[in-house]
Amino acid sequence: MAATTPFRSATQRESANQLGLWTLIATEVLFFGGLFTAYVVYRFTYPAAFAAGSHRLEFWYGTINTAVLLTSSLCMAVGDVMIKHDRRRALQLCLLATALLGLLFLGIKFSEYYHMYREQLVPGINYRAEGPPQMQLFILLYFIMTGLHALHMLIGLGALTWLGWLNHRGRFSSTGHQPVVMVGLYWHFIDCVWVFLYPLLYLIPHLT
Amino acid sequence: MTANAPPVLRLVGVYLALLTLLALTATATLLPPGAWSTPISLGIATAKTALIFVWFMRLRDRPGLVRLFALAGFFWLAIFIGLALTDFLTRGWPA
Repeated sequence: MAATTPFRSATQRESANQLGLWTLIATEVLFFGGLFTAYVVYRFTYPAAFAAGSHRLEFWYGTINTAVLLTSSLCMAVGDVMIKHDRRRALQLCLLATALLGLLFLGIKFSEYYHMYREQLVPGINYRAEGPPQMQLFILLYFIMTGLHALHMLIGLGALTWLGWLNHRGRFSSTGHQPVVMVGLYWHFIDCVWVFLYPLLYLIPHLT
Repeated sequence: MTANAPPVLRLVGVYLALLTLLALTATATLLPPGAWSTPISLGIATAKTALIFVWFMRLRDRPGLVRLFALAGFFWLAIFIGLALTDFLTRGWPA
């Protein structure tokens, strides 16, 4: 293996992996950043409509989902420690817990979408809400931002499944588990995106 | 790049700090809203992200170059949002 890679040592390869994945994260920050910028501009332009829209979201769905995602990140971080001690079975349990919590997050998210559909709050499908017309802009941003986040969660779940399969085949050890570290970084980053979406979407104060 | 794994108990401690921050930001909505509400909730979100970056993503074990890359995206995003706002925040001037 060592002869076929361009690296002189495992440490050098690890450094390259780290820089590569953090570069991916920087591009993801700017990818989501376009939406965050649109959000900031329109929130400054239509503050009352954004507060009214935020008030129509389900506070507890968002709050519980934040806790679910933080818990999944803990499981991922613990899994990373476990494989550093060669504990493959513990890693498998951590990966399973991380993925199940990720699925729970998506379940809560989609039941929230369904709830909003029942409330006739889906722009382009059945939006019939009373209130300022620009509230629809907020709700649309809500669906695009949480939808893009949910898409990243689905990719993360696919990556976790791949890790679980590799680990099941005994491919990871304390000295060789770079995929676990890489997927972990990606998963934690998706968590951070939600950490910002939560106050921006669910916690807009009603200023009169 | 150290291979030393942090103790699991420390990660659990970070997790409890994250949940405490979540509880803080959620209960702050019960207070009467003010101009400080959004800066506080965004400050808490930044603190949570810092905890995740430093401990869960283990930036504390990484060399300066990796830390620089980790902050680069936020640096450019701050310029992006900041410069966009210099336009939108100054449009309300009387003619």
